[in-house]
Amino acid sequence: MSILNFFTRNRTSAPVARERLQVLLAHERALTGGADLAAVLKQEILEVIARHIPIDRDRVLVKLDRGEQVSTLEIDIEMPDEALAAAPKVSTPKAAEPKAPARRRRSA
Amino acid sequence: MSKVVVVTSGKGGVGKTTSSASLGASLARAGHKVVVVDFDVGLRNLDLVMGAERRVVFDLVNVVQGDAKLPQALIRDKRLENLSLLPASQTRDKDALTEDGVGRVIDELRESFDWIICDSPAGIEKGATLAMRFADTAVVVTNPEVSSVRDSDRIIGMLDSKTRLAEGGGRIDKQLLLTRYDAARAARGEMMTVEDVLEILAIPLLGIVQESPDVLTASNLGCPITLHNPGSPAARAYDEAARRLLGETLPVRTPRPEKQGFMTRLFGKRAAA
Repeated sequence: MSILNFFTRNRTSAPVARERLQVLLAHERALTGGADLAAVLKQEILEVIARHIPIDRDRVLVKLDRGEQVSTLEIDIEMPDEALAAAPKVSTPKAAEPKAPARRRRSA
Repeated sequence: MSKVVVVTSGKGGVGKTTSSASLGASLARAGHKVVVVDFDVGLRNLDLVMGAERRVVFDLVNVVQGDAKLPQALIRDKRLENLSLLPASQTRDKDALTEDGVGRVIDELRESFDWIICDSPAGIEKGATLAMRFADTAVVVTNPEVSSVRDSDRIIGMLDSKTRLAEGGGRIDKQLLLTRYDAARAARGEMMTVEDVLEILAIPLLGIVQESPDVLTASNLGCPITLHNPGSPAARAYDEAARRLLGETLPVRTPRPEKQGFMTRLFGKRAAA
């Protein structure tokens, strides 16, 4: 320790290293052996959308944010208005309507 | 019953070869018949670290391919008669090794040695997978540093899935050898502590080897540190790790930083020395 940081104790880096590793490895262990989850999700979600609307693959933004408790996968797809107008109207079947999660009912 | 140990890490430069040579020498000094096998075909260095670089005639690839008999390729250590080395080839690459060939060599080594220590190359490719393939137990060498810990985690996953023992439904023993540990830096929060690394990797601890200039001196001289400077803290750590490998229950002492005087703390080590 030199005279400078004898007086100004800086924030230590080891706990940061530990936390970063814990978050990273939790994800890497879950993915071991499988393909990259984000890539698979992106591919399949795009396929579903492309079935109904023509999309430009270059105008798709995929972001993955890994948190300790929750991870978010953000997929940003630009849909031009003419493509939406050209898309056939799809009637939503009743069964596909979102149901209230069971967990919420139980707690009520 | 002989035991096959793989010394592995994923990341390069963490001390696999130094640890293989030192543990091998410790086990041999304890009276066991030991062979250390270099799997780093193309980038062999175990011969250099063990001071046998001028005695290599045949190598692992020659034996695997049937160009030489095993006893012709084995080099007996000049200091310890029950310590041998099976060098890797320097001119070939890892593709020269086959699973069947390596399996045959390991089986033949099992007949005449108590301990077969496989010094794995870095990486997760063929050389590394073949080094771990026939192992009964694994020593995972890790530095308290993010990239080394991440790679060790990956290697632990491979040990649990790619070894013959794991494929047969068994469980391979894995133990952590933490090397280049600096107790003073860990105490200051600049380096992950032993507890940090153990919590992340979740395998039992085989030993802690502190960062030490003695290790470089030993490899400069081509002598395992456990033989060159048996009294040094690093050599004692390897000796104790070897005793744990032999089944002794020996508590691992976590190194504590040396007490620093006021002047050292104020002006740094060099100024006070």
